[in-house]
Amino acid sequence: MGYPLSMRLWRGDRDGGALQDFTVEVEEGEVVLDAIHRVQATQAGDLAVRWNCKAGKCGSCSAEINGRSRLMCMTRLSDFGHEDVITVTPLRAFPVVRDLVTDVSYNYVKARELPAFAPTPPDADGKRRMMQQDVERGQEFRKCIECFLCQNTCHVIRDHEENKPAFAGPRFFLRYAELDMHPLDTHDRRELAQSAAGIGLCNITKCCTEVCPENIKITDNAIIPMKERVVDRKYDPLVWLGTKIRRRDDRTEL
Amino acid sequence: MSTSELETHAYDVVVIGAGGAGLRAAIASHESGARTAIVCKSLLGKAHTVMAEGGIAAAMGNVWPDDNWRVHFRDTMRGGKMLNHWRMAQLHAQEAPDRVLELEEWGALFDRTKDGLISQRDFGGHRYARLAHVGDRTGLEMIRTLQQRAVALGIDVFMECTVTKLLKDVDRIAGAFGYWRDSGRFVMFEAPAVVLATGGIGKSYRVTSNSWEYTGDGHALALDAGASLVNMEFVQFHPTGMVWPPSVRGILVTESVRGDGGVLRNSEDKRFMFDYIPEFFKGETADSEAEADRWYEDKKNNRRPPELLPRDEVARAINSEIKAGRGSPHGGIFLDIASRRDAAFIQRRLPSMYHQFKELADVDITAEAMEIGPTCHYVMGGVEVDPDTGVSVVPGLYAAGEVAGGMHGSNRLGGNSLSDLLVFGRRAGLHAGYFAYRHRRRPVRVHQQQVNAAAEAAVAPFAQDGGENPYTLQRELQEVMQELVGIIRTEDELTESLRKLADLRRRAGELSVEGHRQYNPGWHLALDLPNMLTVSECIAMAALERTESRGGHTREDFPGTDESWGGINLILTNDAGGELSLQRQDLPRMPDELHELFEVK
Repeated sequence: MGYPLSMRLWRGDRDGGALQDFTVEVEEGEVVLDAIHRVQATQAGDLAVRWNCKAGKCGSCSAEINGRSRLMCMTRLSDFGHEDVITVTPLRAFPVVRDLVTDVSYNYVKARELPAFAPTPPDADGKRRMMQQDVERGQEFRKCIECFLCQNTCHVIRDHEENKPAFAGPRFFLRYAELDMHPLDTHDRRELAQSAAGIGLCNITKCCTEVCPENIKITDNAIIPMKERVVDRKYDPLVWLGTKIRRRDDRTEL
Repeated sequence: MSTSELETHAYDVVVIGAGGAGLRAAIASHESGARTAIVCKSLLGKAHTVMAEGGIAAAMGNVWPDDNWRVHFRDTMRGGKMLNHWRMAQLHAQEAPDRVLELEEWGALFDRTKDGLISQRDFGGHRYARLAHVGDRTGLEMIRTLQQRAVALGIDVFMECTVTKLLKDVDRIAGAFGYWRDSGRFVMFEAPAVVLATGGIGKSYRVTSNSWEYTGDGHALALDAGASLVNMEFVQFHPTGMVWPPSVRGILVTESVRGDGGVLRNSEDKRFMFDYIPEFFKGETADSEAEADRWYEDKKNNRRPPELLPRDEVARAINSEIKAGRGSPHGGIFLDIASRRDAAFIQRRLPSMYHQFKELADVDITAEAMEIGPTCHYVMGGVEVDPDTGVSVVPGLYAAGEVAGGMHGSNRLGGNSLSDLLVFGRRAGLHAGYFAYRHRRRPVRVHQQQVNAAAEAAVAPFAQDGGENPYTLQRELQEVMQELVGIIRTEDELTESLRKLADLRRRAGELSVEGHRQYNPGWHLALDLPNMLTVSECIAMAALERTESRGGHTREDFPGTDESWGGINLILTNDAGGELSLQRQDLPRMPDELHELFEVK
């Protein structure tokens, strides 16, 4: 049943580090995070790794496993052969804190830059009414567990540190799209999506969608529609005129 | 350590914990005008609330107009076997609907009824479909909504920062001391009011649905600061945790599976729950499969399926079936929705269960039954608080959510946790803010010797070589609690557990950790362990004292519910010598107008 697994784990800090070899006994049905926990408990008590739920729900244990952006708790050892070496390195798009833990504060800064939801007043009975089909689009985006794997994979961030101030990344395009598609929101953030969040820098390579552990169709369902909405607002005089005359869009532009 | 080299922050209110209760408390405190900080062990948005699945219980009456707070109150009290603090249960039932609507105001997207209202689903122990939900990821929706609200309000958040000690000025709270997880540096908060919202204790057990953060920090901090804990013997074992493969053992399988039509079967393919309907619930539980199946559509003329009895009843029944040799291949029991609902329905209503089983166990829940078994899920016991304000017996110290006790009596109903977080999180935050304002002209002073002692205690594990490995000690502690203080308890085993816990306590004084202070999980665990030991001792002591079976406390040697225990709370405090001391205290008496709700019509 059990077998010795060869692992290479990156160990180090801001000043540098290197891959270190470990051999650890693992069991059937285990995931990469189990193996790392066993290394921690038996061989390297101070091995830094961030995790919480171990059930794919919290998005804490993001790392690069054999070079791919994945959650350690959802990567099963059975996806690999017994002879394979599993290499785990920290997310490359963010600064290392220690070992497999990175400083993801970039994402929390971007979250603060995004203006909040501003709903219409409730109905007379104090409740709000929305149809299921109208909330479903937003619900897909709200499945996001903020693992930041999409952010890590997006080459606009990953390969260009200098883009970070002007580019919010796929996780936050989801958020812009969610609010834009919310049936009761009174704010229009399309201009901000372009100017503050830099959605124009995305050239829809779909890398983010590929790594999303929640299988959110980030590019097709959020980024592309959001890009279209931004463009409609900006360049299409007929759409602009239509919204003004027929008052289809009485949101406040931010 | 001199004060000049210690990072220090001053606030009116410091909230410890950033799950549902902590975030809601911080929002309320901020809105009361208090300068508010949130301090949390993980990144913002990762707290255990994120794992809640089923929904938020609130008598909004969107699906069943007959529902109202009195029915919810009655269900909650009966589910807790009448040991709940009546006032908490009342406030909870009355205020939960407003708290849910507030989440919608802040951007939550709940599933809808066909009229466009917030949809509500069935759950164990609730007379009506009452849980506002988003598929089976309601906790994620709740924490994200509260997180986004807190960010929009500009509340200061200290992430990955662990509090190890509450500071006091004579009898009042003066602040909190802790360390940054990433750098290992110390940090101090000066504040006249602290809200504990640290969650539960599940990590003291081997099989648990809880994340690593659930080490009983708030319970232990409160005791240390002079507060009292109530009814720690009541620990909820959720009936349905995953059992296979071993690495996922304990991960939660939502009660919504049963709420949406799933049934429990043993290895003989029998719906065994019909054999386990207790006298207390006979009047409201179906006694045939036909009636049980009709109930989903017609609640007026049919009674609830026994699979939807309160969790303590279902967990004990599953435990008995497994012990009787009628379990599943991997030592669980079968939970079957595949044969009862079509695949599209299951995928729409239970998307994360579908995903979880597919990814982690290679099981397609739309085609085959799940294997499940009980898992440590929730502690009903906690800090004794005033129901209206959430204040403990220590002025300035508040508690809300799982860390607080009293609300759920001896057993919590599913869905009542998320609503509890919102209702009492808000109350605690608001009153902590008021407290700080009332005492603005009587500031507290932090005493340097307390800070020095806390700093010394925190680095002690680095001081010795060749001591015990904290990971080994944690595993042994989990074994003790799992085997001796689990679902079914006896005097002999509880006595033995206390002896073993005392031995572990001694060994915990001799821990060694390797490496340095920068993001060092071995060190973090070494500092969490004393808290885990404290709550474990509390649970075992109270469990030994209560010689009856009730809710989340089952004594094999005292199998019945004993009327004479029905009016008694067990209170734990630290005595002058720092030893745990246990007293009996009368349960607060419910006013007559509420008592009438329980009279047989």
